[in-house]
Amino acid sequence: MTATMHEPKTSPEIGGLGHSRRRVEDARFIEGRGHYVDDIELPGMLHMAIHRSPVAHAKIISIDTSGAEAVEGVLAVVTGELLAQYDLAWMPTLSGDTQAVLATDKVRFQGQEVAAVIATDRYIAEDAAELIQVEYEDLEPIVTPQRALEDDAPLIRDDKEDLESNLCYTWESGDKAAVEEAFSKAAKVVALETFYPRSHPAPLETCGIVADVDSATGQATLYMTSQAPHAHRTVFALVAGLPEQNIRIVSPDIGGGFGNKVPVYPGYVVATAASLVIGQPVKWVETRTENLISTGFARDYYMKGELAVDGDGRILALKVDMLSDQGAFFADAQPTKFKAGLFHIVTGSYDYPAAYVSTRGAYTNKAPGGVAYRCSFRVTEASYLIERLVQNAAYEIGMDPAEFRSKNFIKPEQFPYTTPTGFVYDSGEYEKAMRLAMEMVGYHEIQKEREEARQDGRLVGIGMASFTEVVGAGHGEDYDILGLKMFDSAELRVHPTGKAILKLGVRSQGQGHETTFAQIVAEELGIPASDVKVVEGDTDNTPYGLGTYASRSTPVAGAATAMISRKLRDKAKKIAAHLLEASEDDLEWEPGKFFVAGDPDSSVTIQDVAFAAYTNPPPDLEAGLEGVNYYDPPNMTYPFGTYIVVVDVDPGSGQWKVRRMVAVDDCGVRINPMIVEGQIHGGLAEGYAMSSMQYITFDETGNCIGSNFSDYLIPTAWETPRFELGETVTPSPHHPIGAKGVGESATVGSPAAFVNAVIDAIRHLGIDNIDMPVSSDRVWAAMEQAKS
Amino acid sequence: MNISVTVNGTEHSAVVEPRLLLVDFIRSKLKLTGTHIGCDTTSCGVCTVLVDGTPVKSCTYFAVQADGRSITTVEGLKQNGALSPMQEAFKEHHGLQCGFCTPAMMLVGTALIADNPDPSEDEIRFGISGNLCRCTGYVNIVKSIQAAAATTREGASQ
Repeated sequence: MTATMHEPKTSPEIGGLGHSRRRVEDARFIEGRGHYVDDIELPGMLHMAIHRSPVAHAKIISIDTSGAEAVEGVLAVVTGELLAQYDLAWMPTLSGDTQAVLATDKVRFQGQEVAAVIATDRYIAEDAAELIQVEYEDLEPIVTPQRALEDDAPLIRDDKEDLESNLCYTWESGDKAAVEEAFSKAAKVVALETFYPRSHPAPLETCGIVADVDSATGQATLYMTSQAPHAHRTVFALVAGLPEQNIRIVSPDIGGGFGNKVPVYPGYVVATAASLVIGQPVKWVETRTENLISTGFARDYYMKGELAVDGDGRILALKVDMLSDQGAFFADAQPTKFKAGLFHIVTGSYDYPAAYVSTRGAYTNKAPGGVAYRCSFRVTEASYLIERLVQNAAYEIGMDPAEFRSKNFIKPEQFPYTTPTGFVYDSGEYEKAMRLAMEMVGYHEIQKEREEARQDGRLVGIGMASFTEVVGAGHGEDYDILGLKMFDSAELRVHPTGKAILKLGVRSQGQGHETTFAQIVAEELGIPASDVKVVEGDTDNTPYGLGTYASRSTPVAGAATAMISRKLRDKAKKIAAHLLEASEDDLEWEPGKFFVAGDPDSSVTIQDVAFAAYTNPPPDLEAGLEGVNYYDPPNMTYPFGTYIVVVDVDPGSGQWKVRRMVAVDDCGVRINPMIVEGQIHGGLAEGYAMSSMQYITFDETGNCIGSNFSDYLIPTAWETPRFELGETVTPSPHHPIGAKGVGESATVGSPAAFVNAVIDAIRHLGIDNIDMPVSSDRVWAAMEQAKS
Repeated sequence: MNISVTVNGTEHSAVVEPRLLLVDFIRSKLKLTGTHIGCDTTSCGVCTVLVDGTPVKSCTYFAVQADGRSITTVEGLKQNGALSPMQEAFKEHHGLQCGFCTPAMMLVGTALIADNPDPSEDEIRFGISGNLCRCTGYVNIVKSIQAAAATTREGASQ
């Protein structure tokens, strides 16, 4: 673990920013007292199991539920036809499309929800769900977006009026004419076509709900695996027509999210409807297979990038064209205006005047989702493309990839920097981070070894990625989900004894908010972090917020926390002046106390002030020390860094092993260095997973390959490489505490570094690309083909 | 079927269906929810418990197979009311994030160091390779098990 670069301003007792405070959450988890959705048991609780489509595309001719209904212990079998009577057979997606809750007309992907059984016991529910008989008439399954867009392809979404093809959306960004002009003058144009395969976040806890609708009062309490409980409450109000004040969403401990728990899934809706009709609580928890085949996939982008470069090795322009596979329903979780998320961050860490990105999305007979798997809305795909392209461009023009990056980096004095696709990068020192990583890994020594190794028939490769990420959406004017502006909130109540409770609109899934957000309060208000309880995930008990994804908790809710702490400190100062019988202007602040300038003995602590706020407030001031802040960020934040990977590739088998993995991250000011490093470790492991083994594919009939952990490979401790971390700190100038967010940088930045390293080892054979996952068989096949 | 199982030192007798999985027996019948379910196919290991001291994935092990045996779950890790060295180490070395794989990781780690009091990093990584974690990249899990092994060795030598 590296030490933090800045000395904390507060004492360890206060535990503000920069302290590696041990986690508050751990006390319950290490004793097995975490409280996840599946741990909830309510009196009279029933269990739900879902019957799913075995085929990818077929008309439903008939559904026979009699066998299931006859099973002892079954209370109800729900079909789409039944839901349609309540206008619940379809629901809106977070992208403004519609999605079938239970299929009525036809099934559109393997694993689609067709019917649900409610029973007294999970085993009985599962048994009965298997007895449901559905007669299908097969239709042509469309398993690629290329086929979907052919003229004679059958229409998947024949439910949508006015839709005449499987084209789901088109979107573009940048200046096409300027790009064409730049390309016409280029000394060299370097192109890369690559496919970023479908992946699944696969948190170890699957998705689930316990729906408890009180038929007498109409109160619906929904315990859900939700990364965005407030937004989900609003969606439920809109879908089910329930009054929003009667919906309480409780998101208890979450066993990992990574984007998977952002959308609303059909199972949530069916369980809620069933509880409403039956009048008893209903639990539904996915099996792993259900999780992998039906909920929030990620990626699935076919990308073609072209870089125009001049004779001196300067980038002139970037052109990108993409085709995305959206599955059967456009259910991406991303801001309304941006159909391909924030993909236009694809211009990367480099300074050039022109870029143009065009993209089309197609409906296919695959599961919907399009979640940002541990990244900020398609940023992973974008970062991968530019960092792979830059390495290939450097090779083609005969420059070292590091020097090519250096030549084209946006320089520190150019910030705030407006990219050709319209982002305004807040701050960055790209060269510094890259040089640190190169020094840590011994870049030039390894390049030398690579050349020597080739002479003895060994293959060594070194690859890097110098990524820039965009996180922390809003600003609300540009960024919304279903019209809900992407602000976030914090409510802080300081109690008379000086202890405090902080309530947030976001929801941790393992990031340690209970620990880190208390540190922000400690920094700003001088109340020890251990005296601040952090509460999230209960919509009856926390202020409205858009939730935790896209690394937005620290950039947005963290800013709200700092702002409300400062507001209370301003009020505390008035109370302190009253207590000290001094003028407010004469008071000075050090963490935890106010004192009269020039007379440090004349002081009051924040705890004294808190007590006085309730027992002895100034006559002209409202009592209490509480407040709420809704923070709409003026801009997003732009974390960056350089990752360098060294690999040894076996020339005979194509197997590759990571010898070194150096990661230098700059996420601005670090609240808790221990937790930041933990986030980076996890992200690097997931980046390694995607680059080496983890992907979901389909056979030609639309069968999902990757429907369990024997087929969908997740690296264990044995395969996962060792990581060496470094840091630079470039604060965000617009964030109240200078923090940028870090949960996703490593997943965004690292896949290109791993792949670049493998390609570097074999490029002398004439290989410039292997699509992910770069498995040993693919490497071997590429080498064999190169020989022939 | 009638079974009698000792769980965390307490004997439980119950009548169970032959098909009842051990994990459901532990979670639903005994209400010990620290043992989790993650994949149903013996892959992820979050359901791991110790059966007579040996790690077993309880999602593919019938409750009836546990008849007459002694089981340790995460709720049984504390010793005389105090956190075990493994629990202390996970807390001190940030060996957990979302907490979902943690009970199983601590149990596997406990069995590992009982068998091999001074494991190398490779031995730990191999030893926990039946258990997945999506949050930590395993870095601090390995570190926690190393630290717990060291504390346990020191405790034994005193």
